[in-house]
Amino acid sequence: MSELVERALGGDRRALARLLSLVEDSEAQAREIIPRIYGLTGRAHIVGITGAPGSGKSTLVGRMARAYRQRGLSMGIVAVDPSSPFTGGALLGDRIRIQPPSGDPRLFVRSMASRGRLGGLARGTTRVVQVLDACGYERILVETVGAGQSEVDIARAAHTTLVLQVPGAGDHIQTMKAGILEIADILVVNKADQQGAAQMVALLEAMLSLDPRRHSQTDDAVWTPPIIRTVATADQGTDELVDTIERHVTYLRRSGAIRELERARIAEELCAILREELLARALAELGAARFAQAVARVAAREADAYSVVAEWLAGSASTGVERRT
Amino acid sequence: MGERPIRVLIAKPGLDGHDRGARVIARALRDAGMEVIYTGLRQTPEMIAEAALQEDVDVVGLSVLSGAHMALVPRVADLLKQEGLGHVLLLVGGIIPEDDAEALRRVGVRGVFGPGTSTEAVAAFIREALGAATTG
Repeated sequence: MSELVERALGGDRRALARLLSLVEDSEAQAREIIPRIYGLTGRAHIVGITGAPGSGKSTLVGRMARAYRQRGLSMGIVAVDPSSPFTGGALLGDRIRIQPPSGDPRLFVRSMASRGRLGGLARGTTRVVQVLDACGYERILVETVGAGQSEVDIARAAHTTLVLQVPGAGDHIQTMKAGILEIADILVVNKADQQGAAQMVALLEAMLSLDPRRHSQTDDAVWTPPIIRTVATADQGTDELVDTIERHVTYLRRSGAIRELERARIAEELCAILREELLARALAELGAARFAQAVARVAAREADAYSVVAEWLAGSASTGVERRT
Repeated sequence: MGERPIRVLIAKPGLDGHDRGARVIARALRDAGMEVIYTGLRQTPEMIAEAALQEDVDVVGLSVLSGAHMALVPRVADLLKQEGLGHVLLLVGGIIPEDDAEALRRVGVRGVFGPGTSTEAVAAFIREALGAATTG
């Protein structure tokens, strides 16, 4: 394992690809690998991209990757697509549009299946990003599944979140719905050559003018999400978008907001790992038979789910919740 | 490790624009529970080998209908070996004359599937070949 880590950190792309699989596939392997690389993370700037299916995320990602490479920055891309809840299979098609050129050692594209996770990211996405970060990729683009309305996960995983909109998608009420637009650091109206683009920009501007931004907590330096028009298929607006992202990078670093983002992300990560470990321990302690019994009792309306869990926790040695208080 | 789904790259090297077969097989393997990375039309052998490396796939399936398989497939096989991916299960689908199929097997292609092959047969072939590789 440590040899593989050394090779990946030394620039061996085959080793990096293997390492990404290992952290993606199992908690146990991640638990061994992450401690070996964690000290090297925290250097990359992570950009998340979300938006409805068909809004042009992958095409735009491909354009941005080229623009960043021209600026001399190395680039990791993580593209997440959904897994089938029935078969566990997935069709990962983001490379079709990203079209990464071959023979560039400082560009690395990895497709991930969501493997049952909701919220637009896969369970292993954070860990995959950490490995790319440790291996020296300076900008990491994370493209979400693209469900469109509930993908707030990305805002926690990324430093800069782009939300893609397209002309003709929805009305006033859609843009007023909570969630997806509020997570945007930069709003992108893609397919801006199509009819309705001006209306979409106007709609977003109106919405932004009403919305006290979460970034305005800091008094002096306030980031107001700009609206950028792009035509990804024709490579229009790409440079302006990359400029804007880089302005956000500067803003986050100068204002110190990046430290708060990091802390919030780390708190989230700690809770996620704690949740998994406690659950695994509690289930192991209970055993499958007692668990099945409880399911049957609740199904027969002999007990309710809250009471059953309270009973378990009261008698639990491994979670220790009741004992220590 | 049992939880890792089989990862497959489906690619269309060369210049013909007929990707129906590739899309059908990509979908069928997805329905068979595999993670299928589909890279689309007009891929160079270099792009295919690079994608196979970055995506850490177990299988590379090439769809060639242009008749250029003797030029394209051995090149992909070579590049995979150069990248240290000689263990990856290399499959070819398309209209491949039997003599050519033999020649392709000699350069490392493990399965050649002609028109009319059922998608179930391809999925079963992959499972068996990979099962044998991991247990043996």
